[in-house]
Amino acid sequence: MTLIEQDPLAPRASTSATTGTRATRLLGLATIVSMAWLVAFGLGFSPADRDQEEAVRILYVHVPTIWIAYLAFVVTALASAVYLFGRNHSLGFDRLAGASAEVGVVFVAVTLVVGSLWGRLTWGVFWRWDPRLTTTALLFVSYIGYLAVRRLGGSHHQRARRSSVIGLLAVLEIPLVHWSVRLWRSLHQEATVLDPGGDVDMDGLMLFSLFVGVVSFTLLYVWLLMHRTRAMAMEDLLDDQGLDVALQARRAEAGGL
Amino acid sequence: MEDAGFILGSYFVTFATVAFVAWRFVRHGRRLSEQVPDDDKHWL
Repeated sequence: MTLIEQDPLAPRASTSATTGTRATRLLGLATIVSMAWLVAFGLGFSPADRDQEEAVRILYVHVPTIWIAYLAFVVTALASAVYLFGRNHSLGFDRLAGASAEVGVVFVAVTLVVGSLWGRLTWGVFWRWDPRLTTTALLFVSYIGYLAVRRLGGSHHQRARRSSVIGLLAVLEIPLVHWSVRLWRSLHQEATVLDPGGDVDMDGLMLFSLFVGVVSFTLLYVWLLMHRTRAMAMEDLLDDQGLDVALQARRAEAGGL
Repeated sequence: MEDAGFILGSYFVTFATVAFVAWRFVRHGRRLSEQVPDDDKHWL
């Protein structure tokens, strides 16, 4: 038997050209099934509302998307805190924060667009500078800013430090968005499910449809987060390798002089 | 009928947006995965 020593400088093989695994595939399948349930319950099985009639069906996508956006931004803040105050300053937490913010921004954008369609049906206008709408738009713009700061130059740790501070500050807007309907006079209705009194004044099938929506978007959030954090890890790795190559080329150039 | 357009439009906007983002994430991940050796993929 002949043993051939592996060349340490030889390029290593990439046989798995995907960020997917068995877990993400199962999660993706569960997401698709739950989304089908959401369509069935949201558009079919759930009853029409006494006041809003059929327009209430928008609730089953509008409310879960903003709740999951809140969750995404809280995860961003927690991961930022762990990066900033943790002993290891692990970039994994920074990437988790960034990926979660990206998904959160998508969900807030969906909430704003879908909310404007609902507003057109119930208020007669697509947009008003109402406290809830304005604070939600402000939340959206803040996290666009957070993502922009992540793209500024510098090392990975500089990126992580800067964005962690913003991630911890921006999350403070969430209570403002949630309580805006009580703090100021607002067209937007007050919380039905997350009411501080704990009194859920909602039909059982409607509440179940909303629950299906929350489960669907939570599964989707986790699936997107897993794929995005893995892609970000590879982006950082390729950045580092590109820097190493550039440094080697610079040293070789300097040595040749 | 006007309501139906807004309601179905809301669902379409939601699902089209998340499907597009999911597709972008997977495609971007695939492109990067081709350049990175398996040893560096902590999820494998």
